[in-house]
Amino acid sequence: MSRADPSAPQGRGELREEPQTARTRRTTFRASLLGNELLTTFRRWRTLALLAVLAAVPVLVGIAVKVETGDGSSAGPGGGGGGPAFLSQITNNGLFLVFTALAATVPFFLPMAVGVVAGDALAGEANSGTLRYLLVAPAGRGRLLLTKYATVVVFCVTATLVVAVSALTVGALLFPLGDLTTISGTRIGFAEGLGRALLIALAVAASLIGVAALGLFVSTLTGSGIAAMATTVGLLITVQILDQIPQLHALQPYLFSHYWLSFADLMREPVYWDDLTKNVELQALYAAVFGSAAWARFTTKDITA
Amino acid sequence: MAPYASDDSTTAGEVDEQRSGRRKAARYIVPVTVVGVAAATIGLVPALADSGDPDLPKISAQQLIEKIAKSDVQQLSGTVKISTDLGLPNLGGLESGLLSGAAGQGGDGSSADPTAKLTELASGTHTLRVAVDGPDRQKLSLLENAAEYSVIHNGTDVWGYDSKSNEVYHGTSADSPERGKDQQPPATPKDFAEEALKAVDDTTSVTVDGTAQVAGRDAYKLVVQPKQSGSTVGAITVAVDAKTGMPLKFTLTPASGGAAVVDVGFTKVDFARPAASTFDFTPPKGAKVTEEKDAPKGASKGFGEEFGKGGAKDHAPEAGQDAGKGPDGMKTIGEGWNAIATFDTGGEGVPSGKAGGEFGGFLDSLGDKVHGEFGSGTVFSTRLVNALVTDDGKVYAGLVTKDALVKAADAK
Repeated sequence: MSRADPSAPQGRGELREEPQTARTRRTTFRASLLGNELLTTFRRWRTLALLAVLAAVPVLVGIAVKVETGDGSSAGPGGGGGGPAFLSQITNNGLFLVFTALAATVPFFLPMAVGVVAGDALAGEANSGTLRYLLVAPAGRGRLLLTKYATVVVFCVTATLVVAVSALTVGALLFPLGDLTTISGTRIGFAEGLGRALLIALAVAASLIGVAALGLFVSTLTGSGIAAMATTVGLLITVQILDQIPQLHALQPYLFSHYWLSFADLMREPVYWDDLTKNVELQALYAAVFGSAAWARFTTKDITA
Repeated sequence: MAPYASDDSTTAGEVDEQRSGRRKAARYIVPVTVVGVAAATIGLVPALADSGDPDLPKISAQQLIEKIAKSDVQQLSGTVKISTDLGLPNLGGLESGLLSGAAGQGGDGSSADPTAKLTELASGTHTLRVAVDGPDRQKLSLLENAAEYSVIHNGTDVWGYDSKSNEVYHGTSADSPERGKDQQPPATPKDFAEEALKAVDDTTSVTVDGTAQVAGRDAYKLVVQPKQSGSTVGAITVAVDAKTGMPLKFTLTPASGGAAVVDVGFTKVDFARPAASTFDFTPPKGAKVTEEKDAPKGASKGFGEEFGKGGAKDHAPEAGQDAGKGPDGMKTIGEGWNAIATFDTGGEGVPSGKAGGEFGGFLDSLGDKVHGEFGSGTVFSTRLVNALVTDDGKVYAGLVTKDALVKAADAK
């Protein structure tokens, strides 16, 4: 990124217009295409606001649990185990706030944020008239699409880690830390607990790559960023509802949200891999189908904006 | 400097447009192919993975039963899938409230109490994990969504741990070592197979019906069938591990056909000694621990509250579930598979009167009115157990058809 200052007043599209002559310069260009893309995405106020909202969820949950259990009672309604997973354990071990926060954000907040970023990826550029400038650069449409998808996947991981780190910080501040009991009843040390928390964050991030591909595909269909975001989030809600209807149980294993909560299986001892594997396979399938559909659409589309 | 060949926003000739249109369409073949390959994989892989029935030396039914009896598996760990479809109407929370109420009499109010959890297995599909290391150490875990319920028997301690509510139930099996076993719900195919083989007598035909692969192991299939007609039990199939004699899968199909009523089988099994840490349990900090001896007796109230549905105490004779447990004066008519348990409630028969309110009407809608020489009554039927409650308060229940119940009632 030494080549160009992304905050140049002419706008981002111009940055990629510089002619590439030498092969070495082209390699730099490829690397910096992703770097540029990441920088542009993560510098947007919209992205930062999304991440701030995600970081606020564990804070809210942590404070709510702290206030609620200030008198020494256990968390959850009547200790009966309502609310998101692991809620009843937070007061005993702050690390559980990580799991609770992820369980609370994975059904909606996280995929919604990913849907917004993915939906905006191409449609937003088309909307603001910068897409054709991006394509003037010798990157090729396929590579541009791949870069966009890589950016969205990086956002998936970042968003999940933001939730996890925020939760860990709040958990450490408000509650004691230490050895923890797995949901199978065995005990593991704090270090292993942290390792599992990281694995869980990665599992959650992997759960989102299907939505990311879907959002990117929708983004190639329209020239309006808002329409693409709304469609992606709308599809997300529809799929979540379909996943709740018992009559559709034959269909449900193929819905991208079906195994989202399988990350909790990492807290079993021994770890129950079946659903975790299925989740990753399913997300890879969605990424392949909608990624290639996005490619087919984007490489054949008339770019007029 | 235009590597994007298909950017035809500029003036293109008619022919060019047609060709590029075809090329555009061709690209969509890729996602369609991916979907096709995925669908084919999902459809075909299970079929290909099924490598056919294994070739095993012939064995007689008698030898196979002896093999099961001699089976001495001391150590194992595995995953068990249990599906039950008793044909009970799906009542959601109400059903579990009722069943827990029925089973919870004399239990306690803790959600970590093993007897309360046993009833959850009575409907739907569940995944369990079992680990056994000798007679002193067993662990059984019921996998739930983002939670788990474990019963751990280690030496003299019996722990129940419900991770969802973070509640612990503690009992001791010091007085009788078998105690810990009794508290565990019958969950492994072995438990079910033992029950089935107990019922084997001259009213039963037992045959070996080929072989099968269960949890990646070669197994013989033992089929137990009632000889008499009138029973709701169609056949019981037990897959027995060829090497260890351990039952790996138990399937009970009803005489009426359709899906199995009970289907319990290992999906993974390993006969190595499980890690010792599996059986270690210390209540986590802040967990609510209920000691067995402190437990309040007859706390059906607790369950009523817990499930938010009242009337647990007034539960109907739920499809013979507790008719089998037998109030005083229970008699058995018939023998073998066609045995019918009967007793006199001494009161008004149809429980709608007692349970009252909406609940009574609801129960009426579940049963069928029948008339016979005995008078009239209501039949509550499931796919396996049928129960007839006559209007004069007599109850007949068994693994028999409705007609057999009416005949039994007439004969009185």
